[in-house]
Amino acid sequence: MTELWQGLTQAFWLMVTFDPELAEIALRSLRVTFTALAIACLIAFPMAAILAVRRFRFRRTVIAVLNALMGLPPVVVGLVVYVLVSRSGPFGALGLLFTPKAMIIAQVIIIVPLIASIAHQSLRDIWAEYHDLLISMNVTQRQKMRTLMWDARRALLTAALAGFGRGIGEVGAIMIVGGNIDQVTRVLTTAIALETGKGDFALALALGFVLIGLAVSVNLMIHWLGQTEREGRW
Amino acid sequence: MSGLFPLRVRGAETSRNGVHLVGPVDLDLDGQGLCVVLGPNGSGKTTLLRLLHGIARLRRGQISWACDAKQARNRQAFVFQRPVMMRRNVLDNIAYPLVVRGARSRAARAEALRWAERMGLGDLVACQAGVLSGGEQQKLALARALITQPELVFLDEPTASLDGRATREIETVLADAQAAGTRLILSTHDLGQARRLAAHVVFMLHGRVHETGSADAFFDRAETPEARAFLQGDIVE
Repeated sequence: MTELWQGLTQAFWLMVTFDPELAEIALRSLRVTFTALAIACLIAFPMAAILAVRRFRFRRTVIAVLNALMGLPPVVVGLVVYVLVSRSGPFGALGLLFTPKAMIIAQVIIIVPLIASIAHQSLRDIWAEYHDLLISMNVTQRQKMRTLMWDARRALLTAALAGFGRGIGEVGAIMIVGGNIDQVTRVLTTAIALETGKGDFALALALGFVLIGLAVSVNLMIHWLGQTEREGRW
Repeated sequence: MSGLFPLRVRGAETSRNGVHLVGPVDLDLDGQGLCVVLGPNGSGKTTLLRLLHGIARLRRGQISWACDAKQARNRQAFVFQRPVMMRRNVLDNIAYPLVVRGARSRAARAEALRWAERMGLGDLVACQAGVLSGGEQQKLALARALITQPELVFLDEPTASLDGRATREIETVLADAQAAGTRLILSTHDLGQARRLAAHVVFMLHGRVHETGSADAFFDRAETPEARAFLQGDIVE
């Protein structure tokens, strides 16, 4: 209990004094996660729209696999990315290992199935509503997908937020591919793991509270910007 | 004469999940006057309209318009019994068909505003479509169907769940559209409405065209006992 209180107090002082090291780690966390999120959304949203609108062989299998991949173990993803980008791996020449880029790649792989699955469920529901109308208007496949994504934008925002939550809290994969190098690849989660290993529970807890605060703030901000739950809106 | 008509239907049949829904249907329509597809619930009125418009898949037979099928669909619009409200405001709902046909957003919205005002929805353009009343939603659906100035509009029981006042307003809009040259094919089980609007009647029963002809002839001298029973308000099975 004492450590919890100390952690809270330390988190408060770290933020009030705008600790430069904390700021650097927090900003790196946000940068890596937001970049991964943007890339993941660019992949996952169209993928979800295609799965909702188009009928092709093995579609159900693809959806089932996508849903199953939501539970992809991050450590395994980290290991696979490590093998791929390590010096002896097929992408070793790119020099990605222990860089934020490798962390972004790992996060993208982890959050794409999550975002795509949630987005697909929303788009599938709205497609069921719109199907006859859009067919009767001779709308092209591309227009159908654009229409669905636009009209389901708030649900897609929720999917993106779920991806953000998974990404910002991720530790296993980015520890493996990032290496937790000070001032290079250290982010909040890997710093927490490090401080816990060193036995500095108060600092680890402080960083944990900062991480929670950051995740909640970003969610609230996007929620507010997206104007969800506003009266008279969907 | 419209570029779409005459419509010729020969042996048209459709089914879904192995269940036979409609057919075989033989029908000739020249597009003159408002055509009412009449019949009791479950007789296949909606499916026939969907089949003619191309939403329902033709399993057997032939449906031919005066132009090719794709062109024909582009010249038509469909108003559903339960209007589909896109998750947008009223203005963007009405403008949507123009936008997907490549109109500039500003021009499409200006035209949509004109139609909204014409339909008495001028004060509601900024509202989300889903919060409108049933009558307002049906007017929105009509505006969305008419904004592209189609040659033919299919209307699937457009006033089925509306009160008398809303029904009259919708019928006025339909009369205006018809006066402007739009052909209308409307399904209903409401005899009063059929008598008010129809120039031509297609009486459906058990998924088939049971009787067809001019409205005057049908209402005065229906040929089949089932049609006469339906006109007398009896339950027809």
